[in-house]
Amino acid sequence: MQTEIQPRPAAPREETIYEHLCARGVSRREFLSFCAWMGACIGLEQSGVAQMVQALETRRRIPVVWLHFQECTCCSESFLRSSHPIVADILLDKISLDYTETLLAASGHQAEQCLRDTITKYRGEYLLCIEGSVPLAEDGVYCCIGGRTAKQIVEEVAADAKAIIAWGNCACSGCVQAAKPNPTVATPIHRVLGGKPIVNVQGCPPIAEVMAGVLVHLLTFDRIPQLDAHGRPKAFYSRRVHDTCYRRPNYDAGLFVESFDDENARKGYCLYKVGCRGPSTYNSCGTIRWNGGVSFPIQSGHPCIGCSEANFWDNGPFYQRLPNFPGFGIESTADRLGVAAVGAAAAGAAAHAVLTNIRKRAEIGEQPGENAERAEAKAGQP
Amino acid sequence: MYASHDYQRVYVWQQPVRWFHWINALCITVLGVTGYLIAHPPALLSGAEASAGYWFGTVRFAHFLAGYVFVANFLFRIYWAFAGNKYANWRNFLPLTRAQFRQVWDVLRVDILQLSNQPVPALGHNAVAYFTYAGTGLLTLFQIGSGFALYAPMSEAWLPQLFVWVTPLFGSEQNLRLFHYAVMWAFAVFTVIHVYLVVYHDYVEGHGVLSSIIGGWKFMEKRHAQADPATGISGFRGRAAPAPAPGAKTPATPAR
Repeated sequence: MQTEIQPRPAAPREETIYEHLCARGVSRREFLSFCAWMGACIGLEQSGVAQMVQALETRRRIPVVWLHFQECTCCSESFLRSSHPIVADILLDKISLDYTETLLAASGHQAEQCLRDTITKYRGEYLLCIEGSVPLAEDGVYCCIGGRTAKQIVEEVAADAKAIIAWGNCACSGCVQAAKPNPTVATPIHRVLGGKPIVNVQGCPPIAEVMAGVLVHLLTFDRIPQLDAHGRPKAFYSRRVHDTCYRRPNYDAGLFVESFDDENARKGYCLYKVGCRGPSTYNSCGTIRWNGGVSFPIQSGHPCIGCSEANFWDNGPFYQRLPNFPGFGIESTADRLGVAAVGAAAAGAAAHAVLTNIRKRAEIGEQPGENAERAEAKAGQP
Repeated sequence: MYASHDYQRVYVWQQPVRWFHWINALCITVLGVTGYLIAHPPALLSGAEASAGYWFGTVRFAHFLAGYVFVANFLFRIYWAFAGNKYANWRNFLPLTRAQFRQVWDVLRVDILQLSNQPVPALGHNAVAYFTYAGTGLLTLFQIGSGFALYAPMSEAWLPQLFVWVTPLFGSEQNLRLFHYAVMWAFAVFTVIHVYLVVYHDYVEGHGVLSSIIGGWKFMEKRHAQADPATGISGFRGRAAPAPAPGAKTPATPAR
């Protein structure tokens, strides 16, 4: 991961990313403003921005293999819908996307040939991006491409990849197909490829700017960004949605939406009581937002469903603050069970108290301490 | 039936134990009430701007503050399990001897099934109670670990950071929060039974259990106190205790 990208010896000189942008009519000014904007997104210092400019000016384009397994392609869709034109260009032009099923002109054997060519020609140089989880049940038959299972493909392609990015919740933690009972044993990439450093770009889908930021970070510094305990880049996933939420003051003041059609919802109070997962979700929705900073779910009046967290489908119901309690049927909340247990304890205590007064009547009545004189008189009897 | 005036006053609960008990009770009450409020904040309708209020923030602050006190108090009690008298000793809380299990059976027979009128003599707790407190100790450890793991993202302090590894064990913060909350109910159940049984023992046996946690003294029939069958590391002989030699010297009680 730390090695510099070496210019490919045999290949003819390829143009750098900047040259490629110039050829497409991007002005120097636009290029610099993109770098400054991206630098702000990643959280770089000013000197880091200069580093980024230099990197994009001098580096050649990185060959990319983009695999799709069990997924809905919303990650690709999100990326393509980024507000900044250069972001979409990164995917389509700046990195050279050598293999991706959804955008590839070739099909069938030719497409598979493309993949083989890329991983042999650019051994150790190509970037592997993965969308989707890998099914392991029944020897992986639930996801086969070109007659090979997802597991076989990902293991082969990952072997010589320069870096691996797992896009979205499917690749990072299995998303909906891994929700209970997970019939295909959908497995996240980091569990299929043990021991390899993987950048988990979480979300369903991830924010386009976050995806771009991760790629630009790789292009600029030629190493994977700093990751949190779940393998997510800290630059984008170190803060909770709750901590960056513009409705946070309502939370602290105890002003909550009770139902979606009440006055409090109209006033824009906190969505905590209607199930908002903001307090346990790490993402940049509150700062970068979506669709070019237009809005994000909470701003539109909908609670966060926690899509950048593992198992978020199993932590439901979405519109309930706490999940249902496992193992007691779908309607059992912790509160119902708790009230039942306390009630049972109180009823048991009451029943026991009645029983005590019947069974131990003699003992209670004749405790010396309770009626010392009487007990003494009795004790004095022969 | 016992003759009167044959009670011996025994100093059982040392002052640190009593302080621990009441600080712990206060912490659990505050943590339970604020914890419930955090899970289910009441519906307030207010025309005021959010900037004018901070009550929910205050509730959370009280929860976190009580959490720190809870930890410190618990750590102190662990220290006192080694430094305190035999009734507070750590050995009581672990199932180490067969006598303890015999006493468990005796307590179930006498106090739950009520098959006998003879109380199980125990100067500290009886074995069932000691094991129960070992259980609440584990619950306490879980609440500390899960609570500080949930608190860690909001804090740079070293103590919460010690517990960040707990969250991944439960898959997600959301899941951990559920268990943290469920254990609150376990403490509620414990409190109901605990308070009832203290009143029961006080009412039926007259050993002064209820007042002992304030003053520290219990009252025990001399024949039991002198045989020292009461719990504590030397105890657990229970009802099978040999009869005391006539005129045996009363064991000295520690000075207050």
